[in-house]
Amino acid sequence: MGQFDKNSELMDHFLHPRNVGKLDNPDAIGKVGNITCGDIMEIYLKVENNIIKNIKFQTFGCAAAIASTSVLTELVKGKTLEEALKISSKRIREILGEMPPHKYHCTVLAEQALKDAIENYQKKSEKK
Amino acid sequence: MRKIYLDYAATTPTDSRVVKAMKPYFSKIYGNASSLHKIGQKSKLAMNKARAEIAQFINARSEEIIFTSGGTEANNLAIKGIFFALNLPHKHIITSKIEHHAVLEPCRFLEKQNATITHLPVDKYGLVNIIKLQQAIKDETILISIMHANNETGVIQPIKEISQIVQAEKERRQKEKINIPIYFHTDAVQTFSHLPLDVHQLNIDLLSASAHKLYGPKGIGLLYLKQGVKIESLIHGGEHEKGKRASTENIPGIVGFAKAVELAKKEMNKEQKRLMKMRDYFINKIIDSIKDSHLNGHAKMRLANNINISIKGIEGEAMMINLDSFGIACSTGSACSSTSLEPSHVLLAMSLGPELAHSSLRFTLGRWTKKKDLDYTIKKLIFVVNRLRNISSLKIKI
Repeated sequence: MGQFDKNSELMDHFLHPRNVGKLDNPDAIGKVGNITCGDIMEIYLKVENNIIKNIKFQTFGCAAAIASTSVLTELVKGKTLEEALKISSKRIREILGEMPPHKYHCTVLAEQALKDAIENYQKKSEKK
Repeated sequence: MRKIYLDYAATTPTDSRVVKAMKPYFSKIYGNASSLHKIGQKSKLAMNKARAEIAQFINARSEEIIFTSGGTEANNLAIKGIFFALNLPHKHIITSKIEHHAVLEPCRFLEKQNATITHLPVDKYGLVNIIKLQQAIKDETILISIMHANNETGVIQPIKEISQIVQAEKERRQKEKINIPIYFHTDAVQTFSHLPLDVHQLNIDLLSASAHKLYGPKGIGLLYLKQGVKIESLIHGGEHEKGKRASTENIPGIVGFAKAVELAKKEMNKEQKRLMKMRDYFINKIIDSIKDSHLNGHAKMRLANNINISIKGIEGEAMMINLDSFGIACSTGSACSSTSLEPSHVLLAMSLGPELAHSSLRFTLGRWTKKKDLDYTIKKLIFVVNRLRNISSLKIKI
Protein backbone atom coordinates (compact mmCIF):
# COMPACT_ATOMS: atom_id res chain seq x y z
CA MET A 1 0.00 0.00 0.00
CA GLY A 2 1.68 3.16 -1.15
CA GLN A 3 0.95 6.82 -0.52
CA PHE A 4 -0.80 7.05 -3.89
CA ASP A 5 -2.85 3.88 -3.45
CA LYS A 6 -6.35 4.70 -4.58
CA ASN A 7 -7.78 3.68 -1.22
CA SER A 8 -5.48 5.92 0.81
CA GLU A 9 -6.81 9.00 2.59
CA LEU A 10 -4.32 11.07 0.64
CA MET A 11 -5.72 9.94 -2.71
CA ASP A 12 -9.28 10.30 -1.48
CA HIS A 13 -8.69 13.93 -0.51
CA PHE A 14 -6.69 14.59 -3.69
CA LEU A 15 -9.26 13.10 -6.04
CA HIS A 16 -12.28 14.32 -4.07
CA PRO A 17 -11.15 17.42 -2.20
CA ARG A 18 -13.61 18.95 0.25
CA ASN A 19 -14.41 22.68 0.43
CA VAL A 20 -12.78 23.75 -2.81
CA GLY A 21 -13.31 27.29 -4.03
CA LYS A 22 -13.67 30.86 -2.80
CA LEU A 23 -16.15 32.54 -0.47
CA ASP A 24 -18.00 35.71 -1.37
CA ASN A 25 -17.21 38.42 1.18
CA PRO A 26 -14.97 36.28 3.38
CA ASP A 27 -14.16 37.50 6.88
CA ALA A 28 -10.51 36.68 6.29
CA ILE A 29 -8.15 35.24 3.72
CA GLY A 30 -4.93 33.34 4.43
CA LYS A 31 -2.23 32.85 1.85
CA VAL A 32 1.10 31.03 1.93
CA GLY A 33 3.72 29.88 -0.53
CA ASN A 34 4.96 31.29 -3.79
CA ILE A 35 5.47 30.17 -7.34
CA THR A 36 9.21 29.67 -6.91
CA CYS A 37 8.70 26.97 -4.29
CA GLY A 38 5.83 25.48 -6.27
CA ASP A 39 2.98 25.59 -3.75
CA ILE A 40 0.43 28.35 -3.24
CA MET A 41 -2.43 27.85 -0.78
CA GLU A 42 -5.34 30.20 -0.15
CA ILE A 43 -7.86 29.82 2.66
CA TYR A 44 -11.15 31.73 2.88
CA LEU A 45 -12.92 32.02 6.22
CA LYS A 46 -16.41 32.95 7.36
CA VAL A 47 -16.43 33.45 11.13
CA GLU A 48 -19.51 33.87 13.35
CA ASN A 49 -19.34 34.21 17.17
CA ASN A 50 -15.72 33.07 17.12
CA ILE A 51 -16.65 29.90 15.25
CA ILE A 52 -15.47 28.97 11.74
CA LYS A 53 -18.84 28.80 10.01
CA ASN A 54 -17.49 28.19 6.54
CA ILE A 55 -14.12 27.58 4.97
CA LYS A 56 -12.95 27.17 1.37
CA PHE A 57 -9.56 26.70 -0.21
CA GLN A 58 -7.67 26.94 -3.47
CA THR A 59 -4.29 25.26 -3.89
CA PHE A 60 -1.68 25.24 -6.60
CA GLY A 61 0.49 22.32 -5.65
CA CYS A 62 1.04 18.61 -5.71
CA ALA A 63 -1.36 15.87 -4.64
CA ALA A 64 -0.14 16.02 -1.03
CA ALA A 65 -0.58 19.81 -0.93
CA ILE A 66 -4.14 19.62 -2.24
CA ALA A 67 -5.01 16.74 0.13
CA SER A 68 -3.44 18.59 3.10
CA THR A 69 -5.58 21.70 2.55
CA SER A 70 -8.68 19.58 2.05
CA VAL A 71 -8.12 17.70 5.32
CA LEU A 72 -7.41 20.93 7.14
CA THR A 73 -10.73 22.48 6.05
CA GLU A 74 -12.62 19.45 7.33
CA LEU A 75 -10.76 19.51 10.64
CA VAL A 76 -11.49 23.14 11.46
CA LYS A 77 -14.99 23.67 10.09
CA GLY A 78 -17.33 24.33 13.02
CA LYS A 79 -14.46 24.79 15.47
CA THR A 80 -13.74 27.89 17.54
CA LEU A 81 -10.72 29.92 16.44
CA GLU A 82 -8.80 28.79 19.51
CA GLU A 83 -9.54 25.13 18.76
CA ALA A 84 -8.63 25.64 15.10
CA LEU A 85 -5.27 27.16 16.03
CA LYS A 86 -4.41 23.97 17.89
CA ILE A 87 -4.68 21.85 14.72
CA SER A 88 -1.12 21.00 13.79
CA SER A 89 0.52 19.70 10.64
CA LYS A 90 1.16 16.50 12.60
CA ARG A 91 -2.59 15.99 12.95
CA ILE A 92 -2.97 16.38 9.15
CA ARG A 93 -0.25 13.77 8.61
CA GLU A 94 -1.97 11.37 11.01
CA ILE A 95 -5.08 11.54 8.86
CA LEU A 96 -3.36 11.40 5.47
CA GLY A 97 -1.19 8.46 6.44
CA GLU A 98 2.08 7.36 4.92
CA MET A 99 4.01 10.02 3.02
CA PRO A 100 7.72 10.53 2.38
CA PRO A 101 9.50 13.12 4.59
CA HIS A 102 9.98 15.56 1.70
CA LYS A 103 6.20 15.91 1.56
CA TYR A 104 5.81 16.95 5.22
CA HIS A 105 6.19 20.59 4.23
CA CYS A 106 2.85 20.35 2.37
CA THR A 107 1.08 19.70 5.67
CA VAL A 108 3.08 22.48 7.35
CA LEU A 109 2.00 24.91 4.62
CA ALA A 110 -1.65 24.00 5.21
CA GLU A 111 -1.28 24.72 8.94
CA GLN A 112 0.42 28.04 8.12
CA ALA A 113 -2.28 29.03 5.64
CA LEU A 114 -4.96 28.60 8.30
CA LYS A 115 -2.89 30.49 10.90
CA ASP A 116 -2.40 33.30 8.40
CA ALA A 117 -6.17 33.50 7.81
CA ILE A 118 -6.99 33.51 11.54
CA GLU A 119 -4.31 36.13 12.21
CA ASN A 120 -5.74 38.33 9.48
CA TYR A 121 -9.21 37.88 10.99
CA GLN A 122 -8.03 38.82 14.47
CA LYS A 123 -6.18 41.89 13.19
CA LYS A 124 -9.30 43.00 11.36
CA SER A 125 -11.47 42.45 14.47
CA GLU A 126 -9.12 44.49 16.66
CA LYS A 127 -9.43 47.43 14.31
CA LYS A 128 -13.23 47.46 14.55
CA MET B 1 -8.86 -0.05 -15.88
CA ARG B 2 -6.68 0.60 -18.91
CA LYS B 3 -2.93 0.58 -18.44
CA ILE B 4 -1.08 2.99 -20.69
CA TYR B 5 2.66 3.30 -20.31
CA LEU B 6 4.02 6.58 -21.64
CA ASP B 7 7.29 6.71 -19.74
CA TYR B 8 9.60 4.85 -22.15
CA ALA B 9 12.40 7.37 -21.51
CA ALA B 10 12.49 6.22 -17.88
CA THR B 11 12.71 2.58 -18.83
CA THR B 12 11.24 0.16 -21.34
CA PRO B 13 9.70 -3.26 -20.80
CA THR B 14 12.08 -6.02 -21.82
CA ASP B 15 10.94 -7.41 -25.18
CA SER B 16 9.83 -11.04 -24.86
CA ARG B 17 12.20 -11.95 -27.73
CA VAL B 18 15.04 -10.54 -25.63
CA VAL B 19 13.94 -12.52 -22.58
CA LYS B 20 13.86 -15.66 -24.73
CA ALA B 21 17.39 -15.04 -25.98
CA MET B 22 18.65 -14.52 -22.41
CA LYS B 23 16.95 -17.54 -20.87
CA PRO B 24 19.54 -20.27 -21.66
CA TYR B 25 22.27 -18.22 -20.00
CA PHE B 26 20.81 -18.42 -16.51
CA SER B 27 20.71 -22.14 -15.70
CA LYS B 28 21.84 -23.96 -18.84
CA ILE B 29 24.91 -22.09 -20.05
CA TYR B 30 25.89 -20.63 -16.70
CA GLY B 31 29.67 -20.83 -17.01
CA ASN B 32 32.00 -18.06 -15.94
CA ALA B 33 33.44 -16.55 -19.12
CA SER B 34 36.88 -16.53 -17.46
CA SER B 35 36.81 -20.32 -16.89
CA LEU B 36 38.71 -22.54 -19.31
CA HIS B 37 36.33 -25.50 -19.19
CA LYS B 38 33.73 -26.10 -21.87
CA ILE B 39 30.78 -24.45 -20.15
CA GLY B 40 32.89 -21.41 -19.35
CA GLN B 41 34.05 -21.15 -22.94
CA LYS B 42 30.45 -21.44 -24.15
CA SER B 43 29.63 -18.34 -22.12
CA LYS B 44 32.67 -16.59 -23.48
CA LEU B 45 31.67 -17.42 -27.03
CA ALA B 46 28.18 -15.99 -26.49
CA MET B 47 29.70 -12.86 -24.96
CA ASN B 48 32.14 -12.37 -27.82
CA LYS B 49 29.37 -12.77 -30.37
CA ALA B 50 27.17 -10.26 -28.57
CA ARG B 51 30.03 -7.80 -28.21
CA ALA B 52 30.83 -8.01 -31.92
CA GLU B 53 27.19 -7.45 -32.89
CA ILE B 54 26.82 -4.41 -30.67
CA ALA B 55 30.18 -2.99 -31.81
CA GLN B 56 29.25 -3.43 -35.44
CA PHE B 57 25.99 -1.59 -34.88
CA ILE B 58 27.85 1.64 -34.03
CA ASN B 59 30.74 0.92 -36.42
CA ALA B 60 33.17 0.20 -33.58
CA ARG B 61 35.50 -2.73 -32.95
CA SER B 62 34.75 -5.43 -30.38
CA GLU B 63 37.75 -4.39 -28.28
CA GLU B 64 36.32 -0.90 -27.97
CA ILE B 65 33.22 -2.03 -26.05
CA ILE B 66 33.39 -2.17 -22.24
CA PHE B 67 30.30 -3.65 -20.64
CA THR B 68 29.15 -1.93 -17.45
CA SER B 69 26.21 -2.22 -15.07
CA GLY B 70 24.37 0.53 -16.93
CA GLY B 71 24.45 4.08 -18.24
CA THR B 72 25.33 5.67 -14.92
CA GLU B 73 28.40 3.50 -14.50
CA ALA B 74 29.42 4.10 -18.12
CA ASN B 75 29.23 7.88 -17.59
CA ASN B 76 31.20 7.61 -14.35
CA LEU B 77 33.82 5.42 -16.01
CA ALA B 78 34.16 7.83 -18.95
CA ILE B 79 34.50 11.01 -16.93
CA LYS B 80 36.43 9.83 -13.89
CA GLY B 81 38.35 7.33 -16.01
CA ILE B 82 39.74 10.05 -18.31
CA PHE B 83 40.41 12.39 -15.39
CA PHE B 84 42.38 9.89 -13.30
CA ALA B 85 44.33 8.53 -16.27
CA LEU B 86 45.93 11.91 -16.92
CA ASN B 87 48.68 13.20 -14.71
CA LEU B 88 48.44 16.94 -15.30
CA PRO B 89 48.55 19.90 -12.90
CA HIS B 90 45.34 21.47 -14.25
CA LYS B 91 42.44 19.56 -15.72
CA HIS B 92 39.40 21.26 -17.24
CA ILE B 93 36.17 19.55 -18.28
CA ILE B 94 33.39 21.07 -20.37
CA THR B 95 29.86 19.80 -20.01
CA SER B 96 26.38 21.35 -20.17
CA LYS B 97 23.75 22.46 -17.69
CA ILE B 98 21.26 19.94 -19.04
CA GLU B 99 23.25 16.73 -18.64
CA HIS B 100 21.85 13.80 -16.70
CA HIS B 101 22.89 13.63 -13.05
CA ALA B 102 25.03 10.63 -14.01
CA VAL B 103 27.29 13.17 -15.77
CA LEU B 104 26.79 16.21 -13.53
CA GLU B 105 27.52 14.37 -10.29
CA PRO B 106 30.81 12.73 -11.38
CA CYS B 107 31.87 16.21 -12.56
CA ARG B 108 30.91 17.64 -9.19
CA PHE B 109 32.92 14.91 -7.49
CA LEU B 110 35.94 15.79 -9.67
CA GLU B 111 35.68 19.45 -8.65
CA LYS B 112 36.67 18.22 -5.19
CA GLN B 113 39.71 16.63 -6.87
CA ASN B 114 40.68 20.07 -8.23
CA ALA B 115 39.09 19.73 -11.66
CA THR B 116 37.64 22.89 -13.20
CA ILE B 117 34.23 22.35 -14.75
CA THR B 118 32.45 24.58 -17.28
CA HIS B 119 28.70 24.08 -17.57
CA LEU B 120 27.54 25.35 -20.94
CA PRO B 121 24.18 27.10 -21.15
CA VAL B 122 21.39 26.14 -23.53
CA ASP B 123 19.00 28.33 -25.51
CA LYS B 124 15.24 28.41 -24.93
CA TYR B 125 14.84 25.41 -27.24
CA GLY B 126 17.18 23.34 -25.07
CA LEU B 127 20.10 23.31 -27.49
CA VAL B 128 23.69 23.60 -26.27
CA ASN B 129 25.35 26.75 -27.52
CA ILE B 130 28.28 25.56 -29.63
CA ILE B 131 29.83 29.02 -29.97
CA LYS B 132 30.09 29.15 -26.18
CA LEU B 133 31.53 25.64 -26.31
CA GLN B 134 34.21 26.72 -28.72
CA GLN B 135 35.03 29.71 -26.54
CA ALA B 136 35.24 27.57 -23.40
CA ILE B 137 38.05 25.33 -24.68
CA LYS B 138 41.38 26.01 -22.97
CA ASP B 139 44.78 24.36 -23.32
CA GLU B 140 44.08 22.32 -20.22
CA THR B 141 40.65 21.07 -21.36
CA ILE B 142 40.83 17.28 -21.33
CA LEU B 143 37.22 16.30 -21.87
CA ILE B 144 34.02 17.58 -23.43
CA SER B 145 30.96 15.65 -22.35
CA ILE B 146 27.71 16.56 -24.10
CA MET B 147 24.73 14.25 -24.29
CA HIS B 148 23.36 13.06 -27.62
CA ALA B 149 19.75 13.76 -26.68
CA ASN B 150 18.31 15.10 -23.47
CA ASN B 151 16.32 12.66 -21.35
CA GLU B 152 13.68 15.18 -20.29
CA THR B 153 13.01 17.22 -23.41
CA GLY B 154 14.30 14.79 -26.02
CA VAL B 155 16.19 17.65 -27.67
CA ILE B 156 18.93 16.27 -29.91
CA GLN B 157 22.23 18.06 -29.44
CA PRO B 158 24.52 19.06 -32.31
CA ILE B 159 27.11 16.37 -31.53
CA LYS B 160 28.42 16.30 -35.08
CA GLU B 161 29.37 19.97 -34.88
CA ILE B 162 30.79 19.45 -31.40
CA SER B 163 32.96 16.56 -32.53
CA GLN B 164 34.22 18.72 -35.42
CA ILE B 165 35.22 21.41 -32.93
CA VAL B 166 37.03 18.81 -30.81
CA GLN B 167 38.74 17.46 -33.91
CA ALA B 168 39.95 20.94 -34.89
CA GLU B 169 41.25 21.44 -31.35
CA LYS B 170 43.11 18.13 -31.49
CA GLU B 171 44.76 19.25 -34.71
CA ARG B 172 45.66 22.65 -33.27
CA ARG B 173 47.29 21.05 -30.26
CA GLN B 174 49.25 18.72 -32.47
CA LYS B 175 50.45 21.61 -34.62
CA GLU B 176 51.33 23.79 -31.65
CA LYS B 177 52.92 20.82 -29.88
CA ILE B 178 50.63 21.09 -26.87
CA ASN B 179 50.99 17.69 -25.33
CA ILE B 180 47.59 17.54 -23.61
CA PRO B 181 44.89 15.27 -25.02
CA ILE B 182 41.26 16.33 -25.44
CA TYR B 183 38.44 13.83 -25.77
CA PHE B 184 34.77 13.94 -26.70
CA HIS B 185 32.33 11.88 -24.66
CA THR B 186 28.63 11.65 -25.39
CA ASP B 187 25.94 10.18 -23.17
CA ALA B 188 23.85 8.35 -25.76
CA VAL B 189 21.58 6.57 -23.28
CA GLN B 190 18.46 8.12 -24.87
CA THR B 191 19.50 7.59 -28.49
CA PHE B 192 21.36 4.28 -28.67
CA SER B 193 19.35 2.02 -31.00
CA HIS B 194 16.83 4.79 -31.59
CA LEU B 195 18.94 6.98 -33.87
CA PRO B 196 21.66 5.85 -36.25
CA LEU B 197 25.07 6.16 -34.58
CA ASP B 198 28.44 5.80 -36.22
CA VAL B 199 31.27 6.49 -33.77
CA HIS B 200 33.80 6.51 -36.57
CA GLN B 201 31.99 9.00 -38.74
CA LEU B 202 31.08 11.16 -35.74
CA ASN B 203 34.62 11.02 -34.34
CA ILE B 204 33.47 10.10 -30.86
CA ASP B 205 36.06 9.06 -28.28
CA LEU B 206 33.71 7.77 -25.60
CA LEU B 207 30.01 6.94 -25.65
CA SER B 208 27.65 5.63 -22.96
CA ALA B 209 24.59 3.44 -23.49
CA SER B 210 22.17 1.37 -21.45
CA ALA B 211 20.17 -1.68 -22.53
CA HIS B 212 17.00 -1.02 -20.56
CA LYS B 213 16.19 2.06 -22.65
CA LEU B 214 15.94 -0.07 -25.79
CA TYR B 215 13.78 -2.99 -24.64
CA GLY B 216 16.77 -4.83 -23.18
CA PRO B 217 17.27 -5.86 -19.56
CA LYS B 218 18.19 -3.58 -16.65
CA GLY B 219 21.65 -3.87 -15.14
CA ILE B 220 23.67 -3.83 -18.35
CA GLY B 221 25.20 -0.94 -20.24
CA LEU B 222 28.34 -0.12 -22.12
CA LEU B 223 31.05 2.38 -22.65
CA TYR B 224 32.49 2.69 -26.12
CA LEU B 225 36.16 3.62 -25.71
CA LYS B 226 38.05 4.47 -28.86
CA GLN B 227 41.21 2.45 -29.34
CA GLY B 228 44.18 4.28 -27.89
CA VAL B 229 42.20 6.38 -25.40
CA LYS B 230 43.42 5.65 -21.89
CA ILE B 231 41.13 5.51 -18.88
CA GLU B 232 41.65 4.51 -15.28
CA SER B 233 39.48 1.64 -14.08
CA LEU B 234 37.03 2.40 -11.26
CA ILE B 235 36.40 -1.20 -10.25
CA HIS B 236 39.48 -3.28 -9.48
CA GLY B 237 39.54 -7.01 -8.94
CA GLY B 238 40.30 -8.86 -12.15
CA GLU B 239 41.23 -8.61 -15.79
CA HIS B 240 37.68 -8.53 -17.10
CA GLU B 241 36.92 -6.08 -19.89
CA LYS B 242 40.64 -5.69 -20.60
CA GLY B 243 41.27 -4.59 -17.05
CA LYS B 244 38.96 -1.59 -17.43
CA ARG B 245 36.11 -3.01 -15.39
CA ALA B 246 36.57 -5.96 -13.07
CA SER B 247 33.60 -8.24 -12.26
CA THR B 248 32.34 -11.53 -13.63
CA GLU B 249 30.58 -10.67 -16.86
CA ASN B 250 26.81 -10.49 -16.86
CA ILE B 251 26.32 -12.95 -19.72
CA PRO B 252 22.48 -13.03 -19.75
CA GLY B 253 22.51 -9.23 -19.73
CA ILE B 254 25.10 -8.96 -22.48
CA VAL B 255 23.24 -11.47 -24.68
CA GLY B 256 19.98 -9.61 -24.01
CA PHE B 257 21.59 -6.28 -24.87
CA ALA B 258 22.77 -7.66 -28.23
CA LYS B 259 19.34 -9.13 -28.99
CA ALA B 260 17.69 -5.79 -28.16
CA VAL B 261 20.10 -4.02 -30.53
CA GLU B 262 19.41 -6.56 -33.27
CA LEU B 263 15.65 -6.00 -32.98
CA ALA B 264 15.99 -2.23 -32.86
CA LYS B 265 18.24 -2.22 -35.90
CA LYS B 266 15.65 -4.10 -37.94
CA GLU B 267 12.78 -1.87 -36.91
CA MET B 268 14.50 1.49 -36.41
CA ASN B 269 13.56 3.46 -39.53
CA LYS B 270 9.97 2.32 -39.63
CA GLU B 271 9.54 2.75 -35.89
CA GLN B 272 11.00 6.26 -35.89
CA LYS B 273 8.53 7.35 -38.57
CA ARG B 274 5.61 5.78 -36.71
CA LEU B 275 6.57 7.42 -33.43
CA MET B 276 7.21 10.81 -34.97
CA LYS B 277 3.77 10.83 -36.53
CA MET B 278 2.15 9.97 -33.21
CA ARG B 279 4.34 12.49 -31.35
CA ASP B 280 3.29 15.37 -33.58
CA TYR B 281 -0.35 14.28 -33.46
CA PHE B 282 -0.22 14.23 -29.66
CA ILE B 283 1.56 17.59 -29.37
CA ASN B 284 -0.89 19.32 -31.72
CA LYS B 285 -3.90 17.81 -29.94
CA ILE B 286 -2.67 19.04 -26.56
CA ILE B 287 -1.77 22.54 -27.76
CA ASP B 288 -5.10 22.85 -29.60
CA SER B 289 -7.35 21.55 -26.86
CA ILE B 290 -5.68 22.86 -23.69
CA LYS B 291 -5.42 26.60 -23.25
CA ASP B 292 -2.06 27.88 -22.02
CA SER B 293 -0.18 24.68 -22.79
CA HIS B 294 3.35 24.94 -24.17
CA LEU B 295 5.77 22.55 -25.79
CA ASN B 296 9.14 22.49 -24.04
CA GLY B 297 12.18 22.06 -26.25
CA HIS B 298 12.77 22.28 -29.97
CA ALA B 299 9.81 21.05 -32.02
CA LYS B 300 11.89 19.33 -34.71
CA MET B 301 15.30 18.64 -33.16
CA ARG B 302 13.81 16.18 -30.70
CA LEU B 303 13.50 12.46 -30.23
CA ALA B 304 10.65 10.86 -32.16
CA ASN B 305 9.03 9.66 -28.94
CA ASN B 306 9.28 12.71 -26.67
CA ILE B 307 6.50 15.09 -25.69
CA ASN B 308 7.37 17.55 -22.93
CA ILE B 309 4.73 20.14 -22.17
CA SER B 310 3.91 22.69 -19.50
CA ILE B 311 0.33 23.44 -18.58
CA LYS B 312 -0.04 26.77 -16.82
CA GLY B 313 -1.72 26.97 -13.44
CA ILE B 314 -1.29 23.35 -12.41
CA GLU B 315 1.51 21.62 -10.63
CA GLY B 316 3.07 18.79 -12.65
CA GLU B 317 3.13 16.08 -10.04
CA ALA B 318 -0.57 16.57 -9.31
CA MET B 319 -1.32 16.01 -13.01
CA MET B 320 0.96 12.98 -13.12
CA ILE B 321 -0.62 11.35 -10.05
CA ASN B 322 -4.10 12.11 -11.33
CA LEU B 323 -3.30 10.55 -14.72
CA ASP B 324 -1.85 7.54 -12.91
CA SER B 325 -5.24 7.08 -11.22
CA PHE B 326 -6.59 6.53 -14.76
CA GLY B 327 -3.86 4.01 -15.53
CA ILE B 328 -1.67 6.42 -17.49
CA ALA B 329 2.03 6.44 -16.53
CA CYS B 330 4.06 9.53 -17.43
CA SER B 331 6.56 11.75 -15.62
CA THR B 332 7.10 15.35 -14.54
CA GLY B 333 9.93 17.80 -13.98
CA SER B 334 8.13 19.49 -11.11
CA ALA B 335 9.85 20.13 -7.81
CA CYS B 336 7.35 18.11 -5.79
CA SER B 337 8.33 14.93 -7.54
CA SER B 338 11.95 15.26 -6.50
CA THR B 339 13.21 14.89 -2.96
CA SER B 340 15.35 17.99 -3.45
CA LEU B 341 12.19 20.09 -3.99
CA GLU B 342 13.90 21.77 -6.94
CA PRO B 343 12.21 21.76 -10.32
CA SER B 344 13.99 20.20 -13.30
CA HIS B 345 17.46 21.64 -13.85
CA VAL B 346 16.93 21.08 -17.57
CA LEU B 347 13.80 23.22 -17.79
CA LEU B 348 15.33 25.93 -15.59
CA ALA B 349 18.42 25.99 -17.84
CA MET B 350 16.05 26.70 -20.74
CA SER B 351 14.92 29.83 -18.82
CA LEU B 352 11.42 28.45 -18.50
CA GLY B 353 10.57 30.32 -15.29
CA PRO B 354 9.28 28.63 -12.14
CA GLU B 355 5.60 28.65 -13.12
CA LEU B 356 6.15 26.60 -16.28
CA ALA B 357 8.95 24.50 -14.79
CA HIS B 358 6.63 23.37 -11.98
CA SER B 359 3.89 22.60 -14.50
CA SER B 360 5.69 20.20 -16.81
CA LEU B 361 4.69 16.74 -17.97
CA ARG B 362 6.73 14.33 -20.03
CA PHE B 363 5.15 11.63 -22.17
CA THR B 364 7.53 9.28 -23.94
CA LEU B 365 6.15 6.84 -26.49
CA GLY B 366 7.49 3.44 -27.43
CA ARG B 367 7.18 0.11 -29.17
CA TRP B 368 3.74 -0.71 -27.82
CA THR B 369 2.16 2.74 -27.97
CA LYS B 370 -0.90 2.99 -30.19
CA LYS B 371 -2.79 6.02 -31.43
CA LYS B 372 -5.86 4.99 -29.43
CA ASP B 373 -3.75 5.12 -26.26
CA LEU B 374 -2.94 8.73 -27.05
CA ASP B 375 -6.59 9.57 -27.71
CA TYR B 376 -7.52 8.11 -24.32
CA THR B 377 -4.68 10.02 -22.68
CA ILE B 378 -5.75 13.33 -24.22
CA LYS B 379 -9.32 12.78 -23.05
CA LYS B 380 -8.16 12.10 -19.50
CA LEU B 381 -5.59 14.90 -19.58
CA ILE B 382 -8.27 17.44 -20.49
CA PHE B 383 -10.40 16.19 -17.59
CA VAL B 384 -7.45 16.36 -15.18
CA VAL B 385 -6.45 19.86 -16.32
CA ASN B 386 -9.98 21.20 -15.84
CA ARG B 387 -10.32 19.56 -12.45
CA LEU B 388 -6.98 20.80 -11.12
CA ARG B 389 -7.37 24.28 -12.59
CA ASN B 390 -10.62 24.51 -10.68
CA ILE B 391 -8.76 23.69 -7.44
CA SER B 392 -5.72 25.84 -8.23
CA SER B 393 -5.07 29.22 -6.66
CA LEU B 394 -3.37 30.31 -9.88
CA LYS B 395 -6.09 31.31 -12.27
CA ILE B 396 -5.50 31.54 -15.98
CA LYS B 397 -7.27 34.18 -18.01
CA ILE B 398 -10.05 32.72 -20.13
